[in-house]
Amino acid sequence: MEISIAAEKLFSFGTFPVTNSFLIGAIVSGALMLWTRRIVEHWKEVPRGSQNVLEIIVESILDLVQSVTQDRKQALKFFPLIATIFLFVLFSNWAGLLPGLGTVGIYGEHNGHHTIIPFLRSTSADLNFTLALSLIVVFTIQFTGIAALGIVKYGKKFFISPFQKPYGIGMAVGLLELVSEVGKTISFTFRLFGNVFAGEVLLTVMLHLVPYFLPLPFLFLEIFVGFIQAVVFAMLTLVFLKMATIPPEH
Amino acid sequence: MELEAAKMIGAALAMGLGAIGPGIGLGILASKALEAIGRNPEAQSKVQTTMILAIAVTEAVAIYALVVALMILFG
Repeated sequence: MEISIAAEKLFSFGTFPVTNSFLIGAIVSGALMLWTRRIVEHWKEVPRGSQNVLEIIVESILDLVQSVTQDRKQALKFFPLIATIFLFVLFSNWAGLLPGLGTVGIYGEHNGHHTIIPFLRSTSADLNFTLALSLIVVFTIQFTGIAALGIVKYGKKFFISPFQKPYGIGMAVGLLELVSEVGKTISFTFRLFGNVFAGEVLLTVMLHLVPYFLPLPFLFLEIFVGFIQAVVFAMLTLVFLKMATIPPEH
Repeated sequence: MELEAAKMIGAALAMGLGAIGPGIGLGILASKALEAIGRNPEAQSKVQTTMILAIAVTEAVAIYALVVALMILFG
């Protein structure tokens, strides 16, 4: 049983190392794009088949976004980011649960010893991916706040004059807020990575303990966790975006 | 002490101590949510969705400890 924190390298594309996480991420995003592209090309007034599924997904996410923002225009503005995060994280979480997790692969060199390198590894089980996604989200939050309030007013959330009413306390709270913006990146990163990676480790361990029937309830658990984590990532992004556009008090 | 043994003790301590806080938090969370559902059964679905979101956020703290433990063991 080999467990590695970093994604394993499958092969090199020139000097670019292709890891198993990257491969799954590319397949998932490519499949999502192709699917929506195909439906948009054959758009019908009366939906049939998978167009129904796409419409249900889009409508329910848009309703959810609108119930948080309470504003149609803002909802339409936030919708693309939220829906992309939700769908991509959801499917990349679930892609790691397909049969063959940790078992089907090629023989290769990893960390100095000869071992099996599985093809399947969820994209979210790679720290690089979750870090990149949370950096995108945190920077979008800052830019949305600045765009909505203006840089001076947005800055007043973090830099409060020590001569204002609760003397000095306001300044300390503002600085804490500033630190928590950095903390958001870390908590977004490790929440998603930890949940998905822990799930894969759990399933691999269970598979090696008892190969039949015992992993089944854990697979159900992981399907649930994958969905919940996608929802949590998207919802927290949405809530933080909304909070960034609310002007500070005083 | 050997390095391997120290690593195992470290990982076990990180996970065990890290699970205390979120455990208490999850207990409080579930008890309050059940109380709310008991008082107002019509609001069950609304309470449930918020509760699951809050559970995921609380559980994340334990997951941080787990990530640290895994990094000590396999990193």
